Amino acid sequence: MNILASTSFISPNILAIIYLIAAVTFILGLKGLSSPKSARRGNGIAAVGMAVAILVSLTQIHPHATQIILIVIGVAIGAIVGALSARKVKMTAMPQMVAAFNGVGGGAAATVAISEYLRLGVAGRGAVVTALTTVLSVAIGAVSFAGSVIAFAKLQEILTGVPITYKGQQVVNAIILVGILGIAVYLVAVGTGTALLGILLVLALILGVAFVLPIGGADMPVVISLLNAFTGLAVAASGFVLGNTVLIVGGTLVGASGTFLTKMMSDAMGRSLGNVLFAAVGKPTESGGGAAGATDKTVRSGTPDDIGVMLAYSNRVIIVPGYGLAVAQAQHAARDLARALEAKGVEVSYAIHPVAGRMPGHMNVLLAEADVPYEQLKEMDEINDDFRNTDVTLVVGANDVVNPSARNEASSPIYGMPILNADQSKTIVFMKRSMRPGFAGVDNPLMYDPKTIMLFGDAKDSLLKLVAAVKAA
Amino acid sequence: MNSAIIDYLTVFVLSAFVGIEVISKVPTILHTPLMSGSNAIHGIILVGAIAVMAEARTPLAEVLGFIAVIMATINVVGGFVVTDRMLEMFRTRKQTEANK
Repeated sequence: MNILASTSFISPNILAIIYLIAAVTFILGLKGLSSPKSARRGNGIAAVGMAVAILVSLTQIHPHATQIILIVIGVAIGAIVGALSARKVKMTAMPQMVAAFNGVGGGAAATVAISEYLRLGVAGRGAVVTALTTVLSVAIGAVSFAGSVIAFAKLQEILTGVPITYKGQQVVNAIILVGILGIAVYLVAVGTGTALLGILLVLALILGVAFVLPIGGADMPVVISLLNAFTGLAVAASGFVLGNTVLIVGGTLVGASGTFLTKMMSDAMGRSLGNVLFAAVGKPTESGGGAAGATDKTVRSGTPDDIGVMLAYSNRVIIVPGYGLAVAQAQHAARDLARALEAKGVEVSYAIHPVAGRMPGHMNVLLAEADVPYEQLKEMDEINDDFRNTDVTLVVGANDVVNPSARNEASSPIYGMPILNADQSKTIVFMKRSMRPGFAGVDNPLMYDPKTIMLFGDAKDSLLKLVAAVKAA
Repeated sequence: MNSAIIDYLTVFVLSAFVGIEVISKVPTILHTPLMSGSNAIHGIILVGAIAVMAEARTPLAEVLGFIAVIMATINVVGGFVVTDRMLEMFRTRKQTEANK
């Protein structure tokens, strides 16, 4: 069944065994990721398995064919583009990079299925199953491609992170979905049609765009994880079309683990996946939205010198880092402040919310990059009871993860999300560029808390001033 | 429905269980590298892209195959490199990470 095997000089059985070994390396790679110790090696093992599978596939083509030249050129272009962008991307831009890589994977799966459909035409083997998996691969791959493009644009802030909604949006999306299903059923059950497959492709691309547009920027990581699972499934479906088990194993592993990871991520935000996908969280509400709501409440702001002295004479300080810290490239300044405080005998730890940054675990990566000792990074459950015994909590570029509305205001869009109990500490220093609401677009009452001192300005700049003030104190 | 299809279905179902099983114990701090690492694994579609390219006999098929090869290669190379970059930073941490 394997079309690669038909022109082989490596026998089909050997080929199948090499593919099996590659599939095992993928499982080992994913398994390695369950501990930081084995993670890098696991990723390396999977990469080697992948390289072997690809090289063996190349040996299956007649060496004089023009196709092999095209493949080599294509691989060279793809490898250069992929490696360069992966090397150059800033750690803060990691989520959109993953979205981009995921998108091209989905696009490739859809293209492979289309190409195979055109080749087989009406006389496709195993007709119904081939038609079904082709349709699945094209539809899911195209949704993943287009959805990833929009997710990328939102995270890169080419598009606004605020949900883009209009009246009857979900009805329109439902109609598109029904249209796709209708064509799919026709293609599987009734007959073939290249034009229909083209329409299916276009509708799926539109659906991918339409389905991600109303989702807020803060929820993008969950969406990327879901689209990652989609691409996995599209690849698995392509595996059925081509009769290639390594595609089925690789794609399904990602499809299943990605679906599970998506669920874990929405659980970490205290929300259902349905709520993440369809509630358009982050849309400013009429009542409390934006600057108008902010101006009629008073905030207290302080100078770096005053705050520096206060920090230097505390016993316990907790730093709550957020995406703003990463954007300002202030990880190193935060680490310097922590060291200056420790030199004064202050106990310092970092409270890491599961969704701090823009992906789960993103903040750990960013702080690890700045050589922050691992044992100072505390996960939410580990540190949440310590806030009440803390003199100063320093919120740096974080917002939604310390928003008390999530705990006590049922009408808030982020209600139910587990948050860090920063509001329980004796004093809160809220470092922020301006009074603008956070990435989720939700106003934060913690800023108006009498215990809170605002420190306005660029996070890196403010932190450096604090370091100087602490050293002088 | 022929027996090959049944074989594929078996592989599919078992892989799904393995996929859930292997990641169910991943700590939160590794969710980002996990997403990125699994993202690289679906780059295996490059094998599929090579397969359709090998069979391409018309200019349209060659163009489609060429596009698929480029996209799949970006996926696989970029995915593994970016994951490695992230994990490299975890590796430089002290041994304390072992009990995470």
